[in-house]
Amino acid sequence: MDIFGIPIQALMGQLLIGLINGSFYAILSLGLAIIFGLLNIINFAHGALYMMGAFCAWIGLNWLGLNYWVALIAVPVVVGAFGMLIERTMLKHLYKLDHLYGLLLTFGLALIIEGLFRYRFGISGESYPVPELLAGGFNLGFMFLPKYRAWVIAVSLVVCFGSWFIIERTKLGSYLRAGTENPQLLQAFGINVPLMITLTYGFGVALAAFAGVLAAPVLQVNPVMGSNLIIVVFAVVVIGGMGSIMGSIVTGLGLGLIEGLTKVFYPEASAVVIFVIMGIVLLLRPAGLFGRER
Amino acid sequence: MNGKHIGWIVLLLIGLVAPFVVYPVLVMKILCFALFACAFNLLLGYTGLLSFGHAAFLGSAGYICGYAMQGLGLSPELGLLAGSAGAAVLGFIFGSLAIRRAGIYFAMITLALAQLVFFLALQFPFTGGEDGMQGIPRGRLFGLIDLADTMNMYFFVLAVFLFGFWVIDRAIDSPFGQVLKAIRENEPRAISLGYDVDRYKLLAFVLSAALAGLAGATKTLVFQLASLTDVHWHMSGEVVLMTLLGGVGTVFGPIVGATIVVSLQNYGAELGQWVTVLTGVIFVVCVLAFRRGVVGEVALLIKRSGIRP
Repeated sequence: MDIFGIPIQALMGQLLIGLINGSFYAILSLGLAIIFGLLNIINFAHGALYMMGAFCAWIGLNWLGLNYWVALIAVPVVVGAFGMLIERTMLKHLYKLDHLYGLLLTFGLALIIEGLFRYRFGISGESYPVPELLAGGFNLGFMFLPKYRAWVIAVSLVVCFGSWFIIERTKLGSYLRAGTENPQLLQAFGINVPLMITLTYGFGVALAAFAGVLAAPVLQVNPVMGSNLIIVVFAVVVIGGMGSIMGSIVTGLGLGLIEGLTKVFYPEASAVVIFVIMGIVLLLRPAGLFGRER
Repeated sequence: MNGKHIGWIVLLLIGLVAPFVVYPVLVMKILCFALFACAFNLLLGYTGLLSFGHAAFLGSAGYICGYAMQGLGLSPELGLLAGSAGAAVLGFIFGSLAIRRAGIYFAMITLALAQLVFFLALQFPFTGGEDGMQGIPRGRLFGLIDLADTMNMYFFVLAVFLFGFWVIDRAIDSPFGQVLKAIRENEPRAISLGYDVDRYKLLAFVLSAALAGLAGATKTLVFQLASLTDVHWHMSGEVVLMTLLGGVGTVFGPIVGATIVVSLQNYGAELGQWVTVLTGVIFVVCVLAFRRGVVGEVALLIKRSGIRP
């Protein structure tokens, strides 16, 4: 069975990979948007922390004998705590300065983290086995669906919409949104805003680490996996605008799919398609698809 | 005679003596990066725009100059002109898109566009992909002076650098530069005074891109090589580091910063992988505790000690 001369298995396979990449774009841009909302910092280290998540899972398995399921919970907690340490010791000194300093500091942190992992592991990368429970796949008739890939997409959607629900529909989320609008007023109402900022940064970082653990069995665990990803995620953030949580999720998934489709129909352009879309969006709707004009 | 005149004279003296004391190719490398950093500083230091994609101008000008010399057999001065013009056109495209968003978005857009240029450089046939362009001839300047001679090449690079630096210095002191500073300090006020802010930003961006391109094309002549390293995002980060370390918004800061960073990479080659970590540490320290940079701190010391230069 062919669609436009492309075998349907190949088409579906690429769409699946596109959807997986899109899930990572969504989780990372979601974290960037939450952090930016409250801290006014673009976290350049987000990619490096995602890479750190993948490596912590690998280290847990090979050095400590902790399996995938433990890593899925423990790694985000550990890396998130590391993030909170960064916020307490460094980022908190920057809130009164120009936003650009936050970007520069986290860029430096990204270089340090990436450099340390490259020193220890080289750039060839390590492979992480698919957990036994999720090995194999389903035969859907028109395509073969590996269980692990289905799991990544499903759990990413749950995490994305769970975050959306917490932020938009719970009391805790309303504090977060209030802090984004006016932190002084929120503080005056008796909320511990500095603590909230620390926890928010930790949560955003934990999301990145979680995506890293999910990615470990699908992609090569490699010290530069984060920096390759973060620049694409920046473009995703520019396209979607950071004003809306749902916007980040939809844009991330949508661009992943478009990238997958490009790989099928015009492979040469697949590396650049998201950047080209960014240029077009800037021409037509500078504030981004879901952004508000200021 | 004021501080800046003294600075110019010191710069000129160092430029004339340096090749007899230090390995000339190293000094040429420093001069190229110093021009690159000064061009970048015109945007960050004087207009308040952080471009995270300046490697695109350095690198693509290098490729264009290399192609003009190797593929078309043009003379070096035309090669430099072609490289700078190419970078200016690219700067116009980048600038027109990026100035549609302010602040942090500006940085992300320029970074993403530069990554687009990186992938194009990887795929275009004439760039040589992973291998880059090698064995680019230096040619004869104006058909007369043979640049294959190291000293001839050195003084040509010094002249190019001084020209570029003079252009930037003039731009900063001109009424145009005053408007840029006004935009940096308070954009809404500059708009309310009737300035077409976007046009000024775009012009500053194109000028900065063209001079970054001049630096890249000169670098290609010096090393007879154009490669992917110069379009990689690491290079965009490096120029930010040079400017930050030397002193953002100071005239001579980027030159000092470029000298420190290039020397560090040259003499610290045995550090290997640690160079990336060290670069990151310098970034963190500069942002947390050293935001004025070397030149900014020195200027402050002089001011506090009450000496009138």
